[in-house]
Amino acid sequence: MRFKNRIFVCLCEDVTLEDVLKAIEDGNDDIESLKRATGVGTGICQGKYCLNHLARILAERTGKSLNEVGLPKARPPTKPVKLGVFAKLEG
Amino acid sequence: MEREANVLIIGGGVSGTGLAYNLAKLGVEGIVLLERNYLGSGASGRCGGGARQQWTTEENVKFMKKSIEILERLPQELKFNILFRQSGYLFLARDEEQLNLLKENVRLHRKLGVETRFLDAEEAREIVPVLNTEGILGATYNPKDGVLFPFALVWGYAKAAKRLGAKIYLHTEARGFKIENGRIKSVFTDKGEIKVKEWVVNAAGAYSKELARKAGVELPNKPYRHEIMVTEPLKLFIKPMVVDLSNGLYMTQTSRGEVIGGIGDPEEESSYNLESGHKFLYLFSRAAIRVIPILKEIRLMRQWAGLYDTTPDKNPILGPVDEVENFLQINGYSGHGLMMAPYATQLLAELIAYGKPSESIERFSIRRFREGEIKAEKAVIG
Repeated sequence: MRFKNRIFVCLCEDVTLEDVLKAIEDGNDDIESLKRATGVGTGICQGKYCLNHLARILAERTGKSLNEVGLPKARPPTKPVKLGVFAKLEG
Repeated sequence: MEREANVLIIGGGVSGTGLAYNLAKLGVEGIVLLERNYLGSGASGRCGGGARQQWTTEENVKFMKKSIEILERLPQELKFNILFRQSGYLFLARDEEQLNLLKENVRLHRKLGVETRFLDAEEAREIVPVLNTEGILGATYNPKDGVLFPFALVWGYAKAAKRLGAKIYLHTEARGFKIENGRIKSVFTDKGEIKVKEWVVNAAGAYSKELARKAGVELPNKPYRHEIMVTEPLKLFIKPMVVDLSNGLYMTQTSRGEVIGGIGDPEEESSYNLESGHKFLYLFSRAAIRVIPILKEIRLMRQWAGLYDTTPDKNPILGPVDEVENFLQINGYSGHGLMMAPYATQLLAELIAYGKPSESIERFSIRRFREGEIKAEKAVIG
């Protein structure tokens, strides 16, 4: 992979393929650790554009199936919402 | 996997990894750490990352002062950036009782060489220009308090411990103990049995109670869910950790720019529940917007929950127990483990390596709950 420092896995957090591969080599070989070590999936898209790439790269590197690798636990809300909206909810 | 350990640590959070590092630094060999999930997967990785010296008891102020001094030099020592930003904690008071607590704190802190300052509402706004001063009677600020990236602290400790020879096994669960004549002889894991020559350490956070029970030890700890959130990342505009004493709101910005914050819910009952709820969103956003009105325009990106491992006096349990002679506890932090662990793990490592820590940890002994006379910490937030 000649241009792995220019292939972006996560556009929100500017994480490249090279960053991800380094983090896996560094021992982050489960999807939850890899998410936190790289920041992939923690930007404003909340993983919608990037987590499947992350899972696929991890599966390839570790020889596990996509099923075994899984996806990180999804955190609400589905998309970012202004705090002012929540403040109007009833308690 | 290692089949024998001198010191077997159960739990890969800040306590477990910090202890592994401090033991290895003192030259202890045969250190094995078991983490049933991934590093920092419990409360360490779920917390807000605050570290402060502004506490209400002399003992806690002194203890956290030591911890902050350690955090200041830790990045160089571990060769790992923990993103520790010392831009203070700003405590806000809205009634006379809270105001008096803050004034007493300032007196106590000054006496102990901790430079907490009392501020009026306008002075508080100089530190956080977006602050709504309405209803604020006074504040305290300590510039040495700060925030760090909790995972980085755990990773930094773990890496340094491994470099010094400690063995860390992830996705490995301690399931039971073989106990003979009041001593743990071995620990049963889902990957086989590990013989223990010296100590077993319970650093399992909110799950410490269940673990201890398997060794016949009853801890008074109770788990409580606490919820937290981050917003979209923005340029730094809330430098200190802002704490509203009227409701336990706390918030700051991470070094990546997300506003991170939480709030306590007095109606929350003890449980292992880790689900996120709507009530938190309402409580937090109302409280946060009152303090910093511009937050109403900022988008919440992600919410999650973690467990406080709470003891009756909100102070941790450190040291041995009576029932099992080689079973050490480092748990029960009641929501402030991240900031206590740097010093607590050093002291416990000294106890293991030298038989005696450089400062007594007797006041954290589990025996205090039987002897009565407990001095509860009043400044537990969130």
